[in-house]
Amino acid sequence: MSITELLFWGLSVLALFSAIMVVTSKSPVHSILFLIVVFFAISGHYILMNAQFLAIVNIIVYAGAIMVLFLFVVMLMNLNAESEPKKNRLIQFAGLISGGCLFLVFISAITKSASANNLLQMGGGNFGLIKNLGMSLFKDYLIPFEISSVLFLSAMIGAVVIGKKES
Amino acid sequence: MEIKWYIGLSLALFCTGIVGVLTRRNSIIIFMCIELMLNAVNLLLVAFSKMHAATALGQANPNVVSDAQLFVFFIMVVAAAEVSVGLAIIVMLYRNTHSVDVNFLNRLKN
Repeated sequence: MSITELLFWGLSVLALFSAIMVVTSKSPVHSILFLIVVFFAISGHYILMNAQFLAIVNIIVYAGAIMVLFLFVVMLMNLNAESEPKKNRLIQFAGLISGGCLFLVFISAITKSASANNLLQMGGGNFGLIKNLGMSLFKDYLIPFEISSVLFLSAMIGAVVIGKKES
Repeated sequence: MEIKWYIGLSLALFCTGIVGVLTRRNSIIIFMCIELMLNAVNLLLVAFSKMHAATALGQANPNVVSDAQLFVFFIMVVAAAEVSVGLAIIVMLYRNTHSVDVNFLNRLKN
């Protein structure tokens, strides 16, 4: 077993364990911390596939900005395990069964696929580097890039308008 | 690595997110599960781009590989905007009902 496969399985187990802990843990703060672990594991997968720009952006945007926003909101509301609403066992069981059924359907669909054994280009290739992505972003995707700035502006205005106290 | 392992990992993460959305009632946890599902899709897009890099090597248009990674970049952009608005809505909900339980939102009136 090569070092790449070893890293792949280690990161996969870490990501899956943390994702299950996000869903099952009682306290919202623990859920947020486990979600940060999931994001770091996915960034590790990006580095394994030599998508370095996306790995760094994933850490900065998701683990650095979005999860800090979540933590601030949870601490602002003073939520803890006691304020967790009590659960209905039947609903939980039904959700687990339906999610598992979806997983099994997808898995049985891809095992029939002819291209399931296609190999990935691990490590090599310079497409994920910031130089090539930047050239493509500012040549082929200039209009969507500019439109996303308008999207951010409208999201900012929307967040301020929604979060404002009504007088 | 074969592509099937990446598809399996992404599916497992996505279905974990779906189970979380269906079973939890804390709206912040539901929102975090949606982020988890977005990340599973991102991982799958990057894996497919590297699969095409392996099969389409030496073709006339090498830009097909960087396209998928730019899609992931735009998904992250939209997710960041979505999180700011969604958290503002959750804060507003908490201010009005003093709870983050989604079962208090079962009617749109009042």
